[in-house]
Amino acid sequence: MALNWFKKLKTGLSKSASKVEGAIASITGKKTIDQETLYDIEDQLILADLGVEVSGRIAKKIKDQKFELNKNKGIEKTQIAKTLAEEIEQILLPREQNLYEKVNSKPHVLLLAGVNGSGKTTTAAKIAEKFRLEKKSVVLAASDTFRAAAVEQLKTWGKRVGARVVSGEEGGDSAAVAFRAFELAKKEDIDIVIIDTAGRLQNKKDLMEELTKTCRVVSKLDHDAPHQKVVVLDGTVGQNAHSQLKSFDESIGLTGMIITKLDGSAKGGVVVSLAEKFEIPIHAVGVGEGLDDLQIFEASSFSRALAGLD
Amino acid sequence: MFENLTNKLGNVFKGLTKRGALSESDVENALKEVRTALLEADVALSVVREFIDKVKVRAVGEEVLRSVTPGQQVIKIVNDVLIEVLGSSESELLIDHAPPAVILLVGLQGSGKTTTAGKLAFHLKSKKRKKVMLASLDIYRPAAREQLRILGEQAEVLVLPEIDGESPEKITKRAMAASKVQAIDVLILDTAGRTTLDTAMMSEAKEVFKLSKPSETLLVADSMTGQDAVQTAKAFSELIKISGVVLTRSDGDARGGAALSMRSVTGCPIKFVGVSEKLDGLEPFYPDRAAGRILDMGDVVSLVEKAAETIAEEDAAQMMKRMSQGSFDMNDMLKQIGQLKKMGGLGGIMSMLPGIGKLQKQMAANNFNDKAISKQEAIIYSMTKKERVNVSLLNASRRKRIASGSGTAVSDVNRLVKQQQDMARMMKKMGKMGGLGGLKNMMSSLEGASPNPGLGDGQNSVMDANKMAELQKMMGGNMPNLGNMANRFGGMGLPGLGGKPSKKRR
Ligand SMILES: Nc1nc2c(ncn2[C@@H]2O[C@H](COP(=O)(O)OP(=O)(O)OP(=O)(O)O)[C@@H](O)[C@H]2O)c(=O)[nH]1
Ligand SMILES: [Mg+2]
Repeated sequence: MALNWFKKLKTGLSKSASKVEGAIASITGKKTIDQETLYDIEDQLILADLGVEVSGRIAKKIKDQKFELNKNKGIEKTQIAKTLAEEIEQILLPREQNLYEKVNSKPHVLLLAGVNGSGKTTTAAKIAEKFRLEKKSVVLAASDTFRAAAVEQLKTWGKRVGARVVSGEEGGDSAAVAFRAFELAKKEDIDIVIIDTAGRLQNKKDLMEELTKTCRVVSKLDHDAPHQKVVVLDGTVGQNAHSQLKSFDESIGLTGMIITKLDGSAKGGVVVSLAEKFEIPIHAVGVGEGLDDLQIFEASSFSRALAGLD
Repeated sequence: MFENLTNKLGNVFKGLTKRGALSESDVENALKEVRTALLEADVALSVVREFIDKVKVRAVGEEVLRSVTPGQQVIKIVNDVLIEVLGSSESELLIDHAPPAVILLVGLQGSGKTTTAGKLAFHLKSKKRKKVMLASLDIYRPAAREQLRILGEQAEVLVLPEIDGESPEKITKRAMAASKVQAIDVLILDTAGRTTLDTAMMSEAKEVFKLSKPSETLLVADSMTGQDAVQTAKAFSELIKISGVVLTRSDGDARGGAALSMRSVTGCPIKFVGVSEKLDGLEPFYPDRAAGRILDMGDVVSLVEKAAETIAEEDAAQMMKRMSQGSFDMNDMLKQIGQLKKMGGLGGIMSMLPGIGKLQKQMAANNFNDKAISKQEAIIYSMTKKERVNVSLLNASRRKRIASGSGTAVSDVNRLVKQQQDMARMMKKMGKMGGLGGLKNMMSSLEGASPNPGLGDGQNSVMDANKMAELQKMMGGNMPNLGNMANRFGGMGLPGLGGKPSKKRR
């Protein structure tokens, strides 16, 4: 599994990786890291969506490092890449947390939230599949009562992963759907409830309150539910991810995040600055549209791939 | 969506305009901050570089630095370059040749293609009177075709029936044939989302492109995209000829950098922006106005146009008549609220007004928002017909009934009644003043106004109550809610209607 995830992520990150390498290429033959190289490293980190501030800071840290010179009395590219990876890993490591580590209640309720199109429904299916493989029973709550065919989409996935789907009428109360799914799980001794919510932009107050309400209603059956409240971030997102994380955290108190679509050309580098600013665990990454394309987040692999190593 | 960027740039420019003479290093320093602001707004690095270089070349010239108002000159240059980068003119869809004209939508997963397809169909049908057909080539994502079919039904356009097991290429051929037979003007092809690294999916896109020979190939991109926007735009336009960009979710709080980058990278214009999840939430993109918005000059023109579209002229005339008679009852108030909502709610209107960024925040802090407006609506709906016409009927017990009927508190009802009475009084005054002119006059007078109101006058960051009142007057008194707000701006004592959110979504 670990190997598979790494390979997939690497294909996805290959472009950004080669860019980081490209930046480091300007060091070739140099004995010290001069201003030009520094700017280059910084620019390339910016290109990977790490943001101006973090990029500048990481580049500076690289500058302060002492590098051993090779026999041609120059700094080796891979040395810098390694240092880059280490710097990034240091930031990410405290946030690394297996999504499934915290599954210890029954029924265990997991809610997925996020902006439109970020990959919530697909991720819900991927998680359900993982539980199916562990022989755990799952019920999916189609709490997206707004978007056209959202329920159909989840039902199709439900069939594929052998999970029941609780749905309501179109335009109906999304919190009620979540509540009924939880109720059903309790009654029928089902292990896991996954709530798939509608996509919403974080600046829409009403819609964010709807989410708060969903959590509140669900907690009536079990004070600690939803046990996990996970935001799904699109890997192509830029600095707006900060606003997303902040708002979703404020409205429901996030327990973690999942980053999707890292099989594309986007770098997902904003995760690094997110990890600095928010104490919200990173659980997993989406690396494709298939059911087995959700991988546990590993800080070291992510950092090494981002730095263009291996 | 440009709000944050606007605030950042605003600060930079304030520093510049405060000074008399500017040295080259003053400009350099200001531009460094502009660079950071743009990058934080997700503008593509390559575009930022180009932008800064362009501004620098022009700004460091002798004329600028020696002029009486160098700061303003620099701002003017930044504005000009912004417009250049964004594309200098609005561009229409090219779909008027031999039917069926094909519009092909492509983009990454989850960028908003299907919703955009529905919106485009609705736009072409209702505004351009075209006969439209929708066809989904997304055979991969569960229920993707079903989603398009539902949207097609909502837009009341034809949707190509699904046949299981068909390839996207085959569906394309069938859609083209069906469009010919049914005399369709515009065929909209919605494709599956794909990453540009997926070679099989990319060649499928190319095949569909070849088969359908689209008049318009639109790249649908998310406003929240980061630096990858460039990568994606490049990859798609290297593969097929992109003719335009649709920027979705611009009603979010993304800083809009992708908007700046897309056009510069693909060389093709941003044709539309998505502004809501609703079928009519698609608007043409006006580069010059967007540039103005970034510099916090607002967009009075688009506000006026939107108002013109929304407020039926008869309605306005009737309202005017009632106003001049000094009558403004709860029914009128309800109409006002409806219009306000149609115009994209308070948020929509506010974002189009100059200097409003900060105000908006304060308003949010005071809980004066669309939610409050929906609440007002609910209160009025809970009144009887008689009560709506004659507010004086509202004694304590009736108010109690209304409050419980609308799920509000009696204090909310009291507040609304007071507002309505304030407005009625104001209306009466304005009616007496006379000479407000019809909606038409108002339009032309605004259109004739300078497109760059207050550029560089150093005051445009604050929209004062006078300006607000002026605007309100120009609107033929049709926005008493705004007028009312204007009165309260001084003390920021906005009505703090809080409480439960309205049930109705979006
Ligand atoms: N390449 C790739 N595509 C993904 C990944 N995760 C989701 N997608 C795709 O992204 C698109 C949107 O995914 P959904 O799961 O429908 O997203 P959502 O957040 O539920 O969307 P809304 O409910 O409409 O807000 C679909 O085409 C998915 O197949 C991923 O990790 N990689
Ligand atoms: Mg969904």
